[in-house]
Amino acid sequence: MSFTRNTDDVNNIKAMAKRMRLNALDMALESGNNGSHLGGGLSCIEILAVLYGKVMDYDVANPEKFERDRFIPSKNHCVLAHLPALCEAGYIEKNELLEFQKDGGRLTGYPMRKEIGLEYSGGSLGMAISVGIGIALKFKEKKVDNKVYILLGDGELNEGSIWEAFMSAAHYHLDNLVAIIDRNHLSYDGDTEEVMGIEPLSTKLESFNWHVTECDGHDVESLFEAFDDVLEGKPHVIVAETVKGKGVSFIENRREWHHHRLSKDEYEQAIEEITKA
Amino acid sequence: MNISSLNIRKWSMLGQRGTAFGVAMPEIASKMDNVKLLTADLALLSGMDRYVSMYPDKFLNVGIAEQNMIGIAAGLAMEGDVVFATTYASFIAVRSLEHVRQHLSYLKCNVKLIGSSAGVVAAKSGVSHWATEDIAFMRALPNIKVFSPADCLETVKVMEYAASTDEPMYIRLSGGLNCPIVYKEDYEFEPGKMVCLSEKKGDVAVIATGLMVSESVKAVKLLEEKGVDCTLYNMHTIKPLDKETLDEIFADYKLIVTVEEHNVIGGMGSAVSEYKAIKESSPRQVFVGFDDCFLDAGSQRYVLEQAGLTYEKIASRIEAEWEKRK
Repeated sequence: MSFTRNTDDVNNIKAMAKRMRLNALDMALESGNNGSHLGGGLSCIEILAVLYGKVMDYDVANPEKFERDRFIPSKNHCVLAHLPALCEAGYIEKNELLEFQKDGGRLTGYPMRKEIGLEYSGGSLGMAISVGIGIALKFKEKKVDNKVYILLGDGELNEGSIWEAFMSAAHYHLDNLVAIIDRNHLSYDGDTEEVMGIEPLSTKLESFNWHVTECDGHDVESLFEAFDDVLEGKPHVIVAETVKGKGVSFIENRREWHHHRLSKDEYEQAIEEITKA
Repeated sequence: MNISSLNIRKWSMLGQRGTAFGVAMPEIASKMDNVKLLTADLALLSGMDRYVSMYPDKFLNVGIAEQNMIGIAAGLAMEGDVVFATTYASFIAVRSLEHVRQHLSYLKCNVKLIGSSAGVVAAKSGVSHWATEDIAFMRALPNIKVFSPADCLETVKVMEYAASTDEPMYIRLSGGLNCPIVYKEDYEFEPGKMVCLSEKKGDVAVIATGLMVSESVKAVKLLEEKGVDCTLYNMHTIKPLDKETLDEIFADYKLIVTVEEHNVIGGMGSAVSEYKAIKESSPRQVFVGFDDCFLDAGSQRYVLEQAGLTYEKIASRIEAEWEKRK
C-alpha cells in the first residue's frame, strides 16, 4: 500500500500539526493545577497528524464499521496529541477538547469510547500491543485489509510483556500491524539510556523479526515515507526520532515536563513560539 | 451434550480440565463460529488435541506468555469473538492479573478465563503451581463472575453457560484426573444459585465449593453417623453471591461452615461472611480452608490433610466446633 501524496498534502498535515499543538497548549492551560502530559504529547503530534490526516482509513459518521483502521494508544501519555487529532478528524468539538479533565466529561481518564474514535483505554504501559495483535489476527481471519496502528513510548519498552507481544506478532506474520515508537529519549526520570537502556533498539526489533524503519518523527515527509515502507509477511515498526516537548523551547528535552502545570505566562510564550514557527 | 451415566463416569476420569477442553470445547466450537480457545503452551496437558485437530482455526497457542495471552484474547473479543483463555490457575489469576483487570474487568471484554489445577492439584510441584488465592483476586474485580464447579458434569454446564453469555468470567477448575463424581445424573444448573445436595436437616449448614464439595459429601455422611446432622450446599457460583439462599441458610441454621481449597482470606468463605456481617443477627461461621499459609509439597492427600481439608479432618473440625457451641 502506498499513500499518494503531493505538496498540498504535506502542507496540509503541517498546518494540521500546528493547530494540534495550539490545541494541546489550550488543553494544558485548561487543566490548571492538575497539570498534564505536555512533553510526551508534543513529541508525537506529527505522528498523529500523519495518521489521522492521511494514512488511516476511518469514517467519523460510521465509527464502529468493522472495516476501519484502528489506532490503539499504548503510550496514553499521547493524550494531548490524540484528542486534538480526533478533533481534527471531526470526532469531537473544540469546546469538548477543553473539558478533557473535567468531572463528568466524555474524555476524562482517557476512556474507551468507540463512538468518538477512542478505540482503547490504556494508561498502564506495555499492555496495548497485545490487544492490537488480537485485532490484527481477527482482520486476517476476516480477510479485511485494514491495519492496526499502535503508538508506543520508548520508556515503555522497559515493560516485559511488550517483548512477549513483539515475539508473537512476528510469529503470526502480522503485516497488518504497525507499531510506531515515539523515540523521544526521555522517560519520567530522565534519559532512557541512563534509566534503563533500550539500545540498540532497531537491531533488537529486527532480531525479533519485525520490519524496521527509522524516520524523523517531526518531519511529515519522512513519516510518509516510513509508513510507505512496508514488507509483506512482517509486522512493521517505525522508530520515529522525536523531541520530548517539541515546539516549545522551555519544555523541549526537559524531564520535569513529563507531567507539569502550565502557567498563563508560559502558555503565552509557548503559543507565540508555535505560531511563529 | 449427551448427559448419560456412562459419560458422567468417562468425564470423571478426564478430570475437570480434560472435560472442559476435550469434551465441552469441541461441542461449543461445533455450534459457534466466533469462538476461540487460547492456551499458553498447555494444549497437550489440558487434553486439547482433539479440539486442535477439529478446529485449528479456532485455536491459538501463544507460548509461555500469559500476559500477552490475555491481551490478545481482549483484542479478539473486542472484534466479536467469544474467547476462552486458559493456563494454570496460579498463572492466569496472578501473573496476568493487571491485564485481566484492565481488559476483562474494566473494559468488559468477553473473555472466559479458565484456571486449571486450582487449589493444590499440583501438590508435588509445590507452591509455585498451587492456586490458593485466585478466588480472592478475581472476586475483587468488578464485572467478573466467578465459577467453581464441583465435578465434571458441573464443569460442562458452566462451560456451556460461559459460551452463551457475553460476560467476562473466571472459571476455577479443581481436582485432577479421576475427579470425584458429585452428580451421578443430570440436574438443574442455574448460574448464581447454590445447590442443596442433601435433605435439609440439623442445625449445621456446610457450604462447599469446587473439589471440596465431594470431600464435604463424605464429611457430612461421617458426621451423620456420629449424630451431627448437617445440610450441604454446593456454591458453584461465588460471584455473584446467591444472597437469597444465604438468607434462608442464616435463618434456618445455628452454625455455618464454609469449606474451600483456598486461603480463608478473600475466598468463598469471605464472600459469605461479608454478606453475613451486614445482617442484624446471624449464626456463627467457621472457615475451613488454608489458614493464611503455604504448606510443604507432597501428595495431594498429604497436602490436603495438612490443610485440614480431607473429609475426616473437615468432619472432626465441624464436630469440635459444634460441640463448642453446645
